[in-house]
Amino acid sequence: MEILGIDEEKVKAISNYKEEDDWVLKYRIDSYKKFCNIMMPSFGPYIDIDFDKIIYYKSNDYNKIENNWDNIDNNIACEFRNLGVVNSEKNLDGLGVQYESEVIYHNMIKELEEKKVIFTSIEDAMKKYPQLVKKYFATIVSNEENKFSALNGAVFSGGSFIYIPPNTKLDRPLHSYFRINSKSMGQFERTLIIVDDNSELHYVEGCTATNYSDSSLHAAVVEIYVGKNSKCRYSTVQNWAHNVYNLVTKRALVEENGIMEWIDGNIGSKVTMKYPSCILKGDNAQGTCITISVANNLQQQDTGARMIHLGKNTKSNIISKSIAKNGGNASYRGKVDIKDKALNSEAIVKCDTLILDELSKSDTYPTNICSNNTSNLEHEATVSKISPDKLFYLMSRGITKEKATELIVLGFIEKFREELPLEYAVELNQLLKNNIKIKKVIKLKIVIK
Amino acid sequence: MLSIKNLSVATKEKEILKNFSIDINDGEIHAVMGPNGTGKSTLSKVILGSNDYIVTSGDITFNNERLNDLTTDERAKRGIFLSFQEPISIEGVTNSEFLRTAINERRDTPIGLYEFIKELDSATSELEMPDGLLHRAINKGASGGERKKNEILQMKLLKPKFIILDELDSGLDIDSLKIVCENINKYLQENPKTSVLIITHYPRILEYIKPKYVHILLNGQIVKTGGYELATEIEKNGYSKINTMDGKLENE
Ligand SMILES: Nc1ncnc2c1ncn2[C@@H]1O[C@H](COP(=O)(O)OP(=O)(O)OP(=O)(O)O)[C@@H](O)[C@H]1O
Ligand SMILES: [Mg+2]
Repeated sequence: MEILGIDEEKVKAISNYKEEDDWVLKYRIDSYKKFCNIMMPSFGPYIDIDFDKIIYYKSNDYNKIENNWDNIDNNIACEFRNLGVVNSEKNLDGLGVQYESEVIYHNMIKELEEKKVIFTSIEDAMKKYPQLVKKYFATIVSNEENKFSALNGAVFSGGSFIYIPPNTKLDRPLHSYFRINSKSMGQFERTLIIVDDNSELHYVEGCTATNYSDSSLHAAVVEIYVGKNSKCRYSTVQNWAHNVYNLVTKRALVEENGIMEWIDGNIGSKVTMKYPSCILKGDNAQGTCITISVANNLQQQDTGARMIHLGKNTKSNIISKSIAKNGGNASYRGKVDIKDKALNSEAIVKCDTLILDELSKSDTYPTNICSNNTSNLEHEATVSKISPDKLFYLMSRGITKEKATELIVLGFIEKFREELPLEYAVELNQLLKNNIKIKKVIKLKIVIK
Repeated sequence: MLSIKNLSVATKEKEILKNFSIDINDGEIHAVMGPNGTGKSTLSKVILGSNDYIVTSGDITFNNERLNDLTTDERAKRGIFLSFQEPISIEGVTNSEFLRTAINERRDTPIGLYEFIKELDSATSELEMPDGLLHRAINKGASGGERKKNEILQMKLLKPKFIILDELDSGLDIDSLKIVCENINKYLQENPKTSVLIITHYPRILEYIKPKYVHILLNGQIVKTGGYELATEIEKNGYSKINTMDGKLENE
């Protein structure tokens, strides 16, 4: 089944096809109505999407999530082999893969099943664990939040559901991989992660899409609940093709003594608007967001983080590194809000921007509010260019200008690379190197004209 | 090896070198001395093609190839190495990434990790440098003397044909200076065709690495050339007492 364009009937059709419970259908319709009434964001990059031309849902032939690649269509399995996804599983505690609208693969090591860890698609969880899903679903990100969280509420499909029971620590990450392959495809995955009290999870998300000239849309919602004394880390490097609008709402609610860490890399897409947030609800809760954005030719990365301090002695830390080149625009947009009751809290924001040429742009839009006088909020921002002295030093050792630039750029985001699991750090290096190569091709095109 | 003819160099504000000439043959060691701000560091950076300066006239030739139009990395790959007066630190770039990239620029196939670590380990221990350099960013938190040692470490790994030492002796304590100079001398013995240009204010380093010629740079030109004794003379009397006349005559 394929759903092109959107109206209430089409939303119902998706729900019917998925054989969902009534409460899910109601939520979808409510979300659709809100989507119709909410305006486009009043800030950030211009979004030029024709909502009638997007494919909102595309099923695959087998209505089943496999846990063995041999049972998956050979062409698709091959694609994921080439992407290195299949092979990465040996370093993980679990892997989930989504192709277009549906999750096609899910597998997890035996020990975790024994510990009652749940790692599946959101639809599967709604059917098998409705009480658990209902307790948290849409409580952290509401469908009134913004136009795209409403849209996600109406047509969400796929995404991960993770439940880590109390007193459970995972040794290795769980990983989900999302791929868009069709033209004009919209992907609307919905992820809900619950890390119950005294537990620990590292979740890694990866994504790619085939490049088309028509725009496609990725509007995901990620909700994370971090219980008392628990820790969750969510790492992702998005490398969407340069025709993708990536408009994502990600939020974590952190209880007493809990720790949430967002490690968020943005290299691909046409436009990204993404501000991972932490609501530090419990006393002593901590939130960290380390984000990098690379904006190349015709790309706009509007990224940052939000930290809302509600509990006492809460701590937040935002490190944002933006790189703009070839006329790209990489901007920081963030908010830190220390509420009046969040006594003795501490927030640090550090935004650094590296601009590689005269054509490129970067702006910072910070909102920093501190509503009590026992808390402390620090904001530091720098904008720099590649230092000619550094270039000269590296080149004086025989390193070409391109390679020297690459080393300096990679050095600039070292803090971020350090936080990624090794395999992803290697992948990230490769992505950034390819990005620098793209530059040469573009130059060449201009010369030919 | 290196021949500079009538080189004039300026910044937007002023002229620094004026009709500067020097000839350095294979295996020769030359020293250049001169008061602060006369253009010694400028000379060393211009040889490597720094964009901070404008070459208004003259030629720099290295092994019969004109360097003027080559980029900095191309000149370095021809075998020129500069030990900087004030080596900078580079955030986030580890010595390992940096050195391997630089070494690989000179090879057809990339150096193996094991071979690289072996070479680095032996070079660091010969220089009596601490371990653990590999994963540290270039000169991160390093003292002045440590940075100088790191320059010579790079020299040892990159195996240049022509070495410029810009005030290597400043920042190094007496023992470290001795170790570093012994390393350089060992390299020169193993590679006897290597030439060296030593920029310094003090004769001490010249006691370790004996120059054939000592040149005095004043007002953008070499005004006098002599042997090692010229360095001690300057140490005693300073630059104001230099009889530049015969220097000029020699040059003309
Ligand atoms: N990049 C630059 N831009 C502008 N002026 C410069 C630059 N580099 C050097 N100068 C000027 O040129 C002159 C020569 O500087 P240089 O560093 O070469 O001197 P030096 O002989 O090495 O001195 P020292 O003995 O103190 O190291 C100085 O007056 C300096 O201020
Ligand atoms: Mg100097």
